[in-house]
Amino acid sequence: MTEQTDSLSHLDLNSSDKTFLATNELILNMGPQHPSTHGVLRVILKLDGEKVLGTECVIGYLHRGVEKIAEHRTYTMFNPYVDRMDYVAAISNGLGYCETVEKLLNMEAPSRAQYIRVILAELNRMASHMLWLGTHALDIGAITPLFYTFRDREEILKIFEKYCGARLTTHAFRIGGCLYETYDGFEEDVIKFCNFVDPKIGEYETLLTTNRIWVQRTRGVGYLSPEDCINLGVTGPVLRASGVKWDLRKAQPYSGYEKFEFDIPVGVNGDTYDRYLVRIEEMRQSIRIVRQAVGGLPTGPVMGKVPKVLKPPPGEIYHSIESPKGELGFFIVSDGSTQPYRIRVRPPSFVNLQALDTMVRGALVADVVAVIGTIDIVLGEVDR
Amino acid sequence: MADEKHPNDPLNPPTPAQDTSQSVPKTPAGEPGKPGDAAPTGPASISGPAIAPPSTSSEGNEPKPEVGKTPEQKTSGATAPSASTPAGPEAPPAASPAKPVAVAGAAPAEVKPAAAPKAAVPVPGPWESEMVTRFKERFGASILDAQSYLKQNYFVVHSEKSYEVLAELHDQEGFDYLVDVTALHYPERELQFEVIWILYSFERNERIRVKSSIKEGDKAPTVVPLWSTSNWLEREVFDMFGIEFDGHPDMRRILLPDGWKGYPLRKDYGIIQQDQEWVQINLGIPSGQ
Repeated sequence: MTEQTDSLSHLDLNSSDKTFLATNELILNMGPQHPSTHGVLRVILKLDGEKVLGTECVIGYLHRGVEKIAEHRTYTMFNPYVDRMDYVAAISNGLGYCETVEKLLNMEAPSRAQYIRVILAELNRMASHMLWLGTHALDIGAITPLFYTFRDREEILKIFEKYCGARLTTHAFRIGGCLYETYDGFEEDVIKFCNFVDPKIGEYETLLTTNRIWVQRTRGVGYLSPEDCINLGVTGPVLRASGVKWDLRKAQPYSGYEKFEFDIPVGVNGDTYDRYLVRIEEMRQSIRIVRQAVGGLPTGPVMGKVPKVLKPPPGEIYHSIESPKGELGFFIVSDGSTQPYRIRVRPPSFVNLQALDTMVRGALVADVVAVIGTIDIVLGEVDR
Repeated sequence: MADEKHPNDPLNPPTPAQDTSQSVPKTPAGEPGKPGDAAPTGPASISGPAIAPPSTSSEGNEPKPEVGKTPEQKTSGATAPSASTPAGPEAPPAASPAKPVAVAGAAPAEVKPAAAPKAAVPVPGPWESEMVTRFKERFGASILDAQSYLKQNYFVVHSEKSYEVLAELHDQEGFDYLVDVTALHYPERELQFEVIWILYSFERNERIRVKSSIKEGDKAPTVVPLWSTSNWLEREVFDMFGIEFDGHPDMRRILLPDGWKGYPLRKDYGIIQQDQEWVQINLGIPSGQ
């Protein structure tokens, strides 16, 4: 697509002489009901022909006010609500919330619970990336990957269902640990899944990595420099694809991540293609972590000693985890009662979406679709 | 799947061992606080510190990390009735920043048995580092406090100087990533709103918070020139709390519709409250409530 932009450059769109190509600025509305906006995102595009001059995101269609709801629920009652923010990675939300409240209570989950949490969170990361890959490729025009990724994601959801009875909004963790012990055959199921999915990731790559259309539609599209990333507060795979080697699992390990060996994949070019490669590699690293965690799964209780009525001492805490989308943070203020005084969620999708304008300025309309896909937003988390 | 018994069937607990782990702790052995906690007679009725969670910290029982006061003021207030502390409330803390540590650490330990024997609540302590010393030298009394709670450090800054402190942190100290901007509402205080900036430095791998209190109707300074990420974050604070950011390029609501009246995250906004008029005009329906 970029080549086409260059081939038009001899027409000099900015000159006052527009005899050959008279263009007017056009305001075009995209969404909120649009298949490639991954939910209810509305983007107002300012166009010059096919070239994007600027964008404005209109969000809030899915705003449910979870932060307000939190102030009227006890710590335990709010737990299921966090699953409804990033609903394709509910496990990560639960992990972030439970860990934050545990920190506020100045306690830690037992190590067996931490291992189970890591296993499920990494499986969820794979599931989230698979859903992203399928829909992102579909947006760009490749239909096949969707069927492949959904087929494999199903296996993860089956494990979740066997573990806690739910597939998407799992509510698998509790403050203080996990409610459920693993079921008989959990380890075998997970290892079987790892063996199953390892070659499948190679399969996705055969479909896309060297695919001429895929490469042309993604390489050089939606470029974000590392400086822009940091200035815009972008985190997660988008940041790493720009060459910044930063992952909270390594930088500030939580839930026992320091015990596992894994690499942080980093990109070079900071474009849509590199973000694709980074996420593919992250899935492979997740398999590595899951294998280690299952191999070293300690025995012991899965639930720590927590009082029945949670009353964290007055104070405030910020804790964040590396969710599949980026840094997911919870800022909780306690006034010593059973209900939080305030819970603030630092949503990675919301902050990353802000970079959309920087990424698409000067690109073509078709690239907007590719870039929305590559940021990997979930509107439930953007709007909360 | 169909013929399998669900692993988490409540009627068939998998093993007795894990069952105990989930029930009320039975063994009060180690901690003196346990029997009270596990007692079936409604822990809700017991006063605050009595049912505080078990913690590893052996520090005092100071439960109020209230901002704007020095540790001395708090401890002396709490301890004076029950014990005679060596450092009286008159002792001014101004001389050295190290002094409050000793007092805050020592005084509650003495009173502890009398007041609440089993409370082991983490206490906010002073945050000491080279950076804090530098900032205290540079900004003087504008740095109202520099504290550390649960290993997390924060500055409390006078609202007039908050932009300069943030700019200094950004330019000189390498805090190049603004994690979050948010606010808190305390309707009973004179300075009703507390604006909080959470900063992170990639170079140091360190996260800090900066807090500043403002009155209703006052504006907070925008930090968009320093970190462009604050654009949407500040808009959300405006949307939810009605705090305007001075100099923001685009101070509009972001999640709620533009014409909406009221700021939902203020404490005086009810949980089921909504802008009925807006709903009726724009959606053409009587309110759903």
